[in-house]
Amino acid sequence: MLTLERVAIRLEDFALAADLSVAEGARVAVIGPSGAGKSTLLAAIGGFAPISHGRLLWRGAAIGHLPPARRPVATIFQDNNLFPHLTVAANVGLGLAPNARLGAADRARVAETLASVGLEGLGARKPGSLSGGQQSRVALARAALQDRPVMLLDEPFAALGPALKVEMIDLVIRLADDRGATLLMVTHDPGDARQLGGETILVAEGRARPPVPTTQLLENPPDVLRDYLG
Amino acid sequence: MARRPRPLTAAGLAAAGLVAALVLGSLAAVASRAQIGPGAGLGPGDWGAVRFTLWQAAVSAAVSVALAVPVARALARRRFPGRGLLVTLLGAPFILPVIVAILGLLMVFGRAGWVNDALGVAGLPAVSIYGWHGVILANVFFNLPLATRLILQGWLSIPAERFRLAASLGLDRRRAFRLIEAPMLREVLPGSALVIFLICTTSFAVALTLGGGPRATTIELAIYQAFRFDFDLSRAALLALLQLGVTALAGTLALTVAVPDAMGAGLGRPLVRWDRGPVWGDGLAICLAALFLLAPLAALLLRGGPALAGLPASVWVAAGRSTAVALGSALLCLGLGLAIAVAAQRMGGRRARGVELAGMLGLAASPLVLGTGLFIMLYPFVRPDRLALPVTALVNATMALPFALRALVPAVARIERDYGRLADSLGLGGLARLRRLLLPRLARPLGFAGGLAAALSMGDLGVIALFADAQSATLPLQLYRLMGAYRMDEAAGAAVLLLGLSLLAFWIFDRGGRVDADA
Repeated sequence: MLTLERVAIRLEDFALAADLSVAEGARVAVIGPSGAGKSTLLAAIGGFAPISHGRLLWRGAAIGHLPPARRPVATIFQDNNLFPHLTVAANVGLGLAPNARLGAADRARVAETLASVGLEGLGARKPGSLSGGQQSRVALARAALQDRPVMLLDEPFAALGPALKVEMIDLVIRLADDRGATLLMVTHDPGDARQLGGETILVAEGRARPPVPTTQLLENPPDVLRDYLG
Repeated sequence: MARRPRPLTAAGLAAAGLVAALVLGSLAAVASRAQIGPGAGLGPGDWGAVRFTLWQAAVSAAVSVALAVPVARALARRRFPGRGLLVTLLGAPFILPVIVAILGLLMVFGRAGWVNDALGVAGLPAVSIYGWHGVILANVFFNLPLATRLILQGWLSIPAERFRLAASLGLDRRRAFRLIEAPMLREVLPGSALVIFLICTTSFAVALTLGGGPRATTIELAIYQAFRFDFDLSRAALLALLQLGVTALAGTLALTVAVPDAMGAGLGRPLVRWDRGPVWGDGLAICLAALFLLAPLAALLLRGGPALAGLPASVWVAAGRSTAVALGSALLCLGLGLAIAVAAQRMGGRRARGVELAGMLGLAASPLVLGTGLFIMLYPFVRPDRLALPVTALVNATMALPFALRALVPAVARIERDYGRLADSLGLGGLARLRRLLLPRLARPLGFAGGLAAALSMGDLGVIALFADAQSATLPLQLYRLMGAYRMDEAAGAAVLLLGLSLLAFWIFDRGGRVDADA
């Protein structure tokens, strides 16, 4: 269980409150108007935004004081998910051992993971020579190797076309299910939330509401969501 | 929140501390040695040096800026083949060794130079390059290109829409100038003149070779003479304090005026203009400027090229020393610059400004002032000529450090902004972060800064003149000696060699930073 216990996040002229829990293995979409704080919510869980009040718990233990890399989460950002000067294999290898050289076994695992996301044989390329979809796959492969129980996705597929996005979300679901990982994905598209097929956290009016089943939320949306969906 | 790794921050603090100790220690040594008393103190000649320093800097700045305006305007509004090359060349004097340019100027304007040959043929009296006008000529040679770049930047910063509007309103050229260009010039000219004034107040090599005597001695030259001719350390220290005062004054002045940025890119695009006027005026400005800047180098190459093969062994040995000093200085400068830039980024806020400022301290003291201080500190313990080369490398690195920081600090900030979160989320810390994120992405600014530092050090004729004897001369010093002995062919050969080495040093570093730099 990932718990935000009466959490308040305060940035310069912005505040977000959250008091909610996400079950282990859940697939949760985070939806809401722009500027409401969807990304901030993920940043607070990932360790990039300070929590000024309340506690962040994972399996009952507080993790709010840990640096990003020591938290049980792997984050995929909106952009700059790959180091452009490193090869694809080196980027993915960072998920295994960021501070050490990779051994033969590690390299084999990198190649295997690349193959599992459909990038067989592209390890020696630089990210700049890949398409947008392929770059997303590389980031997902790295997140898979990081093997953290929570995966945070901050609209990483926003720049992809609709068909490609559907494909990517399917890949995300597969990778998360393989590992029993908990998934939180920010999106502005209710279709994405439906495809994820789990619950949805609505972030609006300075508050992140507890997750409710997505179909239920979308069939009977509260006013703020109705305004947003149009 | 993320606890950033500490070792790199500590290295940056140490680097900033080292530079601060070097500069402030030298200044303290100078201050402690400067005594006024019976038999000591400054003579009328020394005050004359102060006056001359300020006067020649002011005149050089005014002439450079005045001449640069028509050249910059011509470059701003004309397209012609070779324009890009010319603009690039305008940046070259920065890495051109001063002594090399002076020799080139001598070959054109000197006693047996091209100009006097032509005057002789026409039956006119010869002109002399020695004295104050030679000092100013050389200063203008170095600073006209800088002034042109600064003013060109001002011209190109005017939105093209304003000229379009002027054209559609049917404003004539005079009114368009008053409405659009005059305000820009009012903003850019004082800052440009001040930068050049500041540069010229530390004029040493130019005054050493072309000036001298009671009417053309700068403070820096007077420091050197107090050392070399009188070995009067307390007078040298007093003079160094005066020099420091002049630099501080000019620097404070510069802080009150917006100083334009010469390093900026984007001088490539010419303005589209509808009111360009006759082409011959612009053509004349560009041709004269190009001739003034290129003729000395051409003269030098013509004279020195054939002499290269016959250079004495002492020149080659000096070239070896210079290469070692340049390499040492460049690596030291990069190490200090990288450490300070990373630490400044990590600490942020006011403490970061402090660390960065410590790295910039080299700007406050001229090479000869630093050299004087180091000499005073070192000579009770070691024979200064033994340390000539390391001290030169150290002082050169300190002098190049501000330029390195100008390139590195924003680059580090950009990398951390773009990739810091990703690196944090992966736990990329300490040396791994340096090796896998910072160094590869900093390759270009590192190469550029290293190239600048190497070229500046290769051509430096400053602190080495205080410390070196015949056994530890660098190539610029050896070249100066050849000129003093009127062995002009060998001097020209050595100058071509020095020019080649400086450009090569810059090119190798800069190139190295561009290899394999994808995305």
